[in-house]
Amino acid sequence: MNMKKITMAHGSGGKATNDLIKNLIVENFSGSILGNLGDSAYINLCGDLAFSSDSFVVQPEFFPGGDIGELSVYGTCNDLAVSGAVPMYLSFSLILPNGYIMDDLEKIVKSAAKAADEVGIEVVCGDTKVINSHSSNTPIINTAGIGVMGASLNDYSKIKPGDKVILTSDIARHGMAIFSARKELELENSIQSDCGNLYSIFEKTGYDGIKFSRDATRGGVAAVLHEISDKISAGFYLYENMIPIQEDVVYLCEFLGFDPLVVANEGVAVIISEAKKAQKILNKIRQTKMGRNASIVGEVYETNNVVMETKIGGVRTVEMPSGDLLPRIC
Amino acid sequence: MCLGLPGRVMEKNDFSAVVDIGGTKREVSLMMMPEEVDVGEYVMVHVGFAISKMDPEEARKTLETLMDIADEIDG
Amino acid sequence: MKLTVDFKNPELAKSLIDKISAEVFDEKSYNIMEICGTHTVSIFRYGIRSVLPENVNLLSGPGCPVCVTSQGEIDAIFEILAKTDICVLTFGDLMRVPGSRGESLEDMQSEGYDIRVVLSPLDAVDIAEKEPDRNFVLVGIGFETTAPAIAASVVSAEERSLRNFYLLAYNKTMPEVIKFLLNDSKLNVDGFLCPGHVSVVTGEEIYFSLPENNKAAVIAGFEPVDILSSILYIIYQINRNEFKVYNNYSRAVRREGNIKAKKLLEEVFVKCTASWRGIGQLKNSGLCLNKKYEHFDALKVFDVDPRPAIAKEGCRCGEVLKGYILPKECSMFGNGCTPEKPFGPCMVSTEGACAAYFKYSS
Repeated sequence: MNMKKITMAHGSGGKATNDLIKNLIVENFSGSILGNLGDSAYINLCGDLAFSSDSFVVQPEFFPGGDIGELSVYGTCNDLAVSGAVPMYLSFSLILPNGYIMDDLEKIVKSAAKAADEVGIEVVCGDTKVINSHSSNTPIINTAGIGVMGASLNDYSKIKPGDKVILTSDIARHGMAIFSARKELELENSIQSDCGNLYSIFEKTGYDGIKFSRDATRGGVAAVLHEISDKISAGFYLYENMIPIQEDVVYLCEFLGFDPLVVANEGVAVIISEAKKAQKILNKIRQTKMGRNASIVGEVYETNNVVMETKIGGVRTVEMPSGDLLPRIC
Repeated sequence: MCLGLPGRVMEKNDFSAVVDIGGTKREVSLMMMPEEVDVGEYVMVHVGFAISKMDPEEARKTLETLMDIADEIDG
Repeated sequence: MKLTVDFKNPELAKSLIDKISAEVFDEKSYNIMEICGTHTVSIFRYGIRSVLPENVNLLSGPGCPVCVTSQGEIDAIFEILAKTDICVLTFGDLMRVPGSRGESLEDMQSEGYDIRVVLSPLDAVDIAEKEPDRNFVLVGIGFETTAPAIAASVVSAEERSLRNFYLLAYNKTMPEVIKFLLNDSKLNVDGFLCPGHVSVVTGEEIYFSLPENNKAAVIAGFEPVDILSSILYIIYQINRNEFKVYNNYSRAVRREGNIKAKKLLEEVFVKCTASWRGIGQLKNSGLCLNKKYEHFDALKVFDVDPRPAIAKEGCRCGEVLKGYILPKECSMFGNGCTPEKPFGPCMVSTEGACAAYFKYSS
């Protein structure tokens, strides 16, 4: 293995930085704007735009089903997609620990480039810094994305009792994949992160009948539904037997004491749709690779809380997640 | 106060076993086990220890009794 | 997995719910107490209260080991961290429990203190062996299900001649708290859901005092069918006025319990007085390290003394733990006492009665 490493010189703006950007960044990302390497990228967009940014600090940086590179691209593109925008341009900024292995960095950048190509977004600008590895021994990535509006999917006033709630994929895979990757827990399974391109779903469905949508990342589906119900006078009634989830994920959540609804996802969108169009939307989602496990899981209802009918017919509230997941013994 | 799930024994030695808990494998200690357990059998796992051998025959009996009770309502 | 799936069967669960409705006498009220934090959470997660008849009341008793760990015991952890450069190894359940000064282990971890979550006490011993230049203290909480595992880990540490591994021996046992509940003249409970995994270790005998005091007692597992069928069997006992200990978790629990686990407890621990938050001091309810293993005792080695518990004024957790009141009857519930900022022990842990009510009940 090539043990070439990142050094402080790579972040200092001199030759090492330039070489890194040319040979690794420009070399791998498609598109012509980046290669100009100006202080700003010139882009030309008209109309209503959506703008989103996210930073990525996931550890381990290589996890079952993905890595921080593709995650940093999908994450911001997904935020644009669920907001009803077509992802167009992305910034890609790296903060690298001193001593990081160059081969690993190359894998990450290639992975990010592949994801960008899949989504159809162009990386047009970015930055590279190197920090002392005491602060972090794995890369930190920030991406900011601009998209062209197709429909406004962030308008709370559109949500009405009777609307249906669709989850575009099975839940809790990302959080449980990351947990399983923690070597000290010694868990062995084949759970893969669901990180992927949510725009592919909206490309298929279009926006007709879709009133609102959100990406269910940290805090899981529960966090999204609580955030929404905090802003509206209505709430959500879910059906546990309709919630898509893989069997091995169910058991791992039970084993660690987690409610799957609060576990992070990276490839699940919560879509609120008009009731009479829900089935049609669902059918279209299911035709995509990302959405093959989609399900209508409940509806908006009049009471301002988030509840779920359990498999045995009981009703309980869905907890608002607080803080990181901590495995229980009790 | 006792989060535990059954796991299927996949491999074992005198002191520990690798069990499969619904798709996730973990090594568990057999230090608390009062009896031998074989590959293919199930143990109850709590805090990384096998604490009991699961008895599928008892499970079947328990369920049979409950099914009878359930039938009483329908019948 | 058939062993769990069969006991999650929704049709069977619904039949049991119908049977419970058919069995209860309308004019009677059935107060059933569970004494296991995992039962507290499971009952909420499945929405069991919402499917039971109005006159069947499920009360949470003192079964949450985190909640009953005294403030003094919690503060001792922080005192050790302040006194010496040490790594604290703990189960995840304890990470958000606040010390008297308001800080939690999670807060301390963000400040740079070496605090690590373990899934097994044996992992703690492995970590200590891998880092011989560092000192480690394992916080040993839990009842009889967990105590033998902790005992086994101490034995393992001794076998590996580890001298950088210490234990905060905070395990407690059930018989004395059951006695405490039975001696309480105000106790208004007709039957007990007995903790399935504690019973795996103890066997049936620790519950004999319950039918002797005309209380129903059913050892219950944790799946919906387990809990519902156990409630049904308790109702049968109450209706017929015929009380006994019934093992409804026979696929895991043997009448005599786990002899090897009990031997591990005897090898490492000796009974001592323990301080139960919300209840007070109970003789012989704690498990302290015996002379043979006292060199692992963190309290002795680091010269820390858990202060006696002083109940906070305004906190009604004691009444909640004894089933006198429901959490929402406490004026502080959600109003100065929340899972993010718990005032008392019942709110402190995810499976404390108040925390569970707060999270799962609308």
